[in-house]
Amino acid sequence: MSLAPETTAPRWIALWPAGMLGLFFLVPFGIMLAVSVAHRDMGGFYTWAFEWNSYARFLSAFFGKVMAVSLGVSLTAGAICVALAFPFTVFLSGMGAKAQTRVLVTLLSVLALSEVIIGFALSTILSQTAGIGNIFYWLGLIDAPQAFAPSLFALILGLCYIGFPFAVLVLYPPVSRLDPEIVEAARVMGASGPRAFFGVIVPNLRGAIVGAFILVFVFTLGSYLLPQLLGRSEHWTLSVHITDQAIYQSNLPFAAAMSVFLMLVALSLVGLASLAGRDRGAK
Amino acid sequence: MTRVLKTTYVVVILLMLLAPLAVVAAVSLNGAQSLRFPPRDLSLRWYGELFQQSEWLVPLAHSLIIAACAAALAVVIALPLALYAWERRGLMARLLTGLGLAPFTLPPVISALGFMIFWMTLGGYGQIYATILSHAIFLVTLPLVTISLGLGGLDRALIEAARVMGANRWTVFRTVIAPLLLPYVISGYAFAFVLSLNEYIIAYMVAGFTVETLPIKIFNALRYGYTPILAVVSVIFAALSALIFGLIGKFGNLPALLGAERIGK
Repeated sequence: MSLAPETTAPRWIALWPAGMLGLFFLVPFGIMLAVSVAHRDMGGFYTWAFEWNSYARFLSAFFGKVMAVSLGVSLTAGAICVALAFPFTVFLSGMGAKAQTRVLVTLLSVLALSEVIIGFALSTILSQTAGIGNIFYWLGLIDAPQAFAPSLFALILGLCYIGFPFAVLVLYPPVSRLDPEIVEAARVMGASGPRAFFGVIVPNLRGAIVGAFILVFVFTLGSYLLPQLLGRSEHWTLSVHITDQAIYQSNLPFAAAMSVFLMLVALSLVGLASLAGRDRGAK
Repeated sequence: MTRVLKTTYVVVILLMLLAPLAVVAAVSLNGAQSLRFPPRDLSLRWYGELFQQSEWLVPLAHSLIIAACAAALAVVIALPLALYAWERRGLMARLLTGLGLAPFTLPPVISALGFMIFWMTLGGYGQIYATILSHAIFLVTLPLVTISLGLGGLDRALIEAARVMGANRWTVFRTVIAPLLLPYVISGYAFAFVLSLNEYIIAYMVAGFTVETLPIKIFNALRYGYTPILAVVSVIFAALSALIFGLIGKFGNLPALLGAERIGK
């Protein structure tokens, strides 16, 4: 019998994906890095140079405010999403396979929806003519039907709307892997439902919860359309400003510098999340 | 907590997620050009209107072409990558996997700006193939994750058996691995397809002014006021996503695909 090769796939098979990802992901990144230190040309483009001018603008009050808004809004939305999604996921993983599949299909369908559609749907439901304002008016809570968007409240609601299904899907694998016998044991020992939940389930999944919170935070940080559709211009996030600088202000170096900054923030957060998920993740 | 309370919690949250879509579905039935809820003069007029206006049909065609091609290319890149990384633990395997996961993990605006500058430099800016390639790279993560899951669940004994019987690599792949992997390849394709269809910022920054996709068209139309036709498009998109994920749920093991281990074994 001839010696069969150890692996199923030959080594050279990696050349094609490596080439594609290298050319179309790493090279664009490299160019972006180079542009972030290029010199801004008033003509709309840039000339190659090596200067820190675009990064120096981070020290301005404008940028500080943008960062504060971006981080504040996303942190709030991330916290609300995880607080709602964690019990949801625990209950979900206790359901039958068929019910779980149905709930997951619903969540995936909502998650996949374009932000523009979600923004449109939410601004409709918060509007004067078709919105919940009418219900409040009808109930006698307010004097006249009113619109609730655009506002900071509407923006955070929108971010929670996109963040919630994401939070459930991030929490789903560790939660569904948690040994049901641990909870069973606690119940047998006489712990009440809520006591078993906070005393056994939550501590066992602390790492997963922190990890999910950070990932949802990064996810909402990337939202681009909701701040424009549901918020006012003072609620614009970093993502909106990057696009605005690149396309409407024709300041590619500044846009690239902000993008590099956002990437560093996101990468370190994602690294933190995977560390958090590792230490006490249920296994 | 009792079973009823748990189920109520799950159902109430799902209803809250579905409420805005239900309102949109209702306002899409307005007869006149206004977004009233409850709708007045019920009619399907705007559904017919959508399929007659080239203003909407062209972006719809763009979106479908881009999604179909980008998802296919994403699978073609992800499959060999997953196969390579499957049985290898080296630095190269981990690096490549990381590279495949990165575009989707980072805030999309970063990739979008990278692609925009890249295509401006190379000359593809504003072309449909630039959008397709950019989407394919951005979405590689999805088929990579589903195919890797499928490979992880393969029974090694089957492969060993085929090898002992004298099958070479290609025969093993064709007769043993490929048929077992097919459902995971298809769901990876479907995930990438749906997300490409709904993706806005990359499509916008790479070719938004020349190749209008449906999400871009909706956003542009929103500036000129809200009309029932926007609601119609939203309903169709939501229904399409639900249909595709519903099919995956029916014919595949969705909980396992999303990382649950205790189900369906």
